Amino acid sequence: MSALIQTRDLVKTYHMGDSTVHALDGVSLDIERGDYVAVMGTSGSGKSTFMNLLGALDRPTSGSLQVEEADLLQLKGDAVAKFRNEMIGFVFQQFNLLPRTSAVDNAALPLVYAGVAGPERRRRAKARLDQVGLADRSGHHPTQLSGGQQQRVAIARALVNDPVILLADEPTGALDSRTTEEILAIFDDLNAAGITIILVTHEDDVAARARRQLVFRDGKVVEDRS
Amino acid sequence: MTLWASIQLALTALRVNAMRSSLAILGVIIGVASVIVLVSISEGTKRAVEQQIASLGSNLLIIRPGSSMFGGRRGGAGTATPMTEADASAIRDEIAGIAGVSGEVSLTGTLVFGGTNWSTRVHGVEGAYFGVRDWVIDDGQAFAQADSTSGARYAVVGQTIVTEMFDGASPVGQVLRINGTSFEVIGTVEPKGQSSWGADQDDIVFVPLRTARSRLGAFGQVPVRDPVATIYAEVSAGEDTGRVIADIQDLLRVRRDIQPGAQDDFNVGDLAEFIRARNQTESQLGLLLAVGAGIVLLVGGIGIMNIMLVSVTERTREIGLRLAVGARKRDIRNQFLVESIVLCTSGGLIGLGLGYAGTLIYARLGELDIAVSPVIVGIAIGASVFVGVFFGFYPAHKASQLDPIEALRFE
Repeated sequence: MSALIQTRDLVKTYHMGDSTVHALDGVSLDIERGDYVAVMGTSGSGKSTFMNLLGALDRPTSGSLQVEEADLLQLKGDAVAKFRNEMIGFVFQQFNLLPRTSAVDNAALPLVYAGVAGPERRRRAKARLDQVGLADRSGHHPTQLSGGQQQRVAIARALVNDPVILLADEPTGALDSRTTEEILAIFDDLNAAGITIILVTHEDDVAARARRQLVFRDGKVVEDRS
Repeated sequence: MTLWASIQLALTALRVNAMRSSLAILGVIIGVASVIVLVSISEGTKRAVEQQIASLGSNLLIIRPGSSMFGGRRGGAGTATPMTEADASAIRDEIAGIAGVSGEVSLTGTLVFGGTNWSTRVHGVEGAYFGVRDWVIDDGQAFAQADSTSGARYAVVGQTIVTEMFDGASPVGQVLRINGTSFEVIGTVEPKGQSSWGADQDDIVFVPLRTARSRLGAFGQVPVRDPVATIYAEVSAGEDTGRVIADIQDLLRVRRDIQPGAQDDFNVGDLAEFIRARNQTESQLGLLLAVGAGIVLLVGGIGIMNIMLVSVTERTREIGLRLAVGARKRDIRNQFLVESIVLCTSGGLIGLGLGYAGTLIYARLGELDIAVSPVIVGIAIGASVFVGVFFGFYPAHKASQLDPIEALRFE
């Protein structure tokens, strides 16, 4: 069985006026099912571009990118939306919760687009909130929650449609060290339960929790430790 | 995403910005309210005119002499030889499809009863007149056809006369002096109110035709026996008015000795024609008002578009997030489209309420019989939904075309 994620000569270029920026410059790697990968690198190293390509938020310029046998270069239109909905769970640095919306409704959002009916949506969202330790806060709005709690709601949202891969972009970047530890503990549990986690960070102690560390520089993978 | 979920989402979004939403739909509210008020008033007026046509008798024919002609000098309308009672009888007896015929003469009479006096129009008519002109006897009775030629001194009076001369009490059996001659009041007629040109139709007295001529001196010296000023004929229901008019014209040409090819010196007219022409002007006015209301709706729609564009910009990050968790482009587009439609429809419903209230107030003040028809309600709601779709589409489309990465980064 092939790796969960396979990239071959993955290239992404942007045109900024007359100059061409090689955001990704030939990345070839495999990520196995159930792995826990930290992606590191300075700003502009290409790590965010890499994550955006994995999450089908962006399309590569050339090369190949396969996730669970699906060729992301071939995905178009509704298939892209379906891929994001069913395969990927996103966690962002800024949480990106909908304001004036309860925790349970925030967590249930992907199920709205999966066509799941209202009561079932709430049931599954509540189960995920329970999993991240927020069962008693399901009716709270984001403004009534601490940063760590908001990020846990966002994780519940990422998990609600049972994704294969959890993509986390600096998930602890806006949190203090104690809360960071809480979030990382949740990630450890999720990984232990079999979810593949790919996490962007520039903090070494966060990266150390992962089994594998990828360091990007100038659009290339310059270090691959495990 | 289901439609119901979209509507709930839209309602939430609109509630969050309640003030902004209400200001944005003000244009739609005013537009819909004005459409409803203006169209209802126009419809109500049209109906009032229809009722007037009915009260005049939509199948009423008016037969009058035309212009006299002496050596190329024309005397003007009504100067030709008058119609006669014999003409009226001939029409009654020889024309098919006639329900009733009556000659009429009229004069100004001074009425005296007890210590009061009053000046009014006195019409000398035949017994059939009441049926032909749709005068309904309210109290007492009308005079019989035979009374019109017997010289009987009977009078039937309108409601204004009852009020002015008899203080509202029943005048039946009382003796009324008209231009010095005593008449017995034998009946009153139901009120008709104002005519379409504003005259009080109830300020009227009817006396038998021949009595009016012999006793009150209606019609002076004319070269014919038993002249009448006007003959009214009622066409039977279901008869072709045009055919009846043509038959009467043929009959009168023979009776008045008009040579073939010569010009008629009489007119056979259909009063309803005149009112319909007037009515047409009014419906054109209604159309003009509707166009004005449409322009208000257009302006309202631009307000909606503006606020939807603001809403899309404000919620760029939300759109990015929704795309990232699996929303299709059309889910995003539909979300904003539904929001725009909900916005406009709520404006439409409020406008409907205001328009309805406005119409009721206008009806109360103007004493008009106006109702808001379900068709107009349907049109108003349809128009607001249309404005929602038309002006919401561009902002919604713009939202659906956002790049998820850019949108998520948007500050």
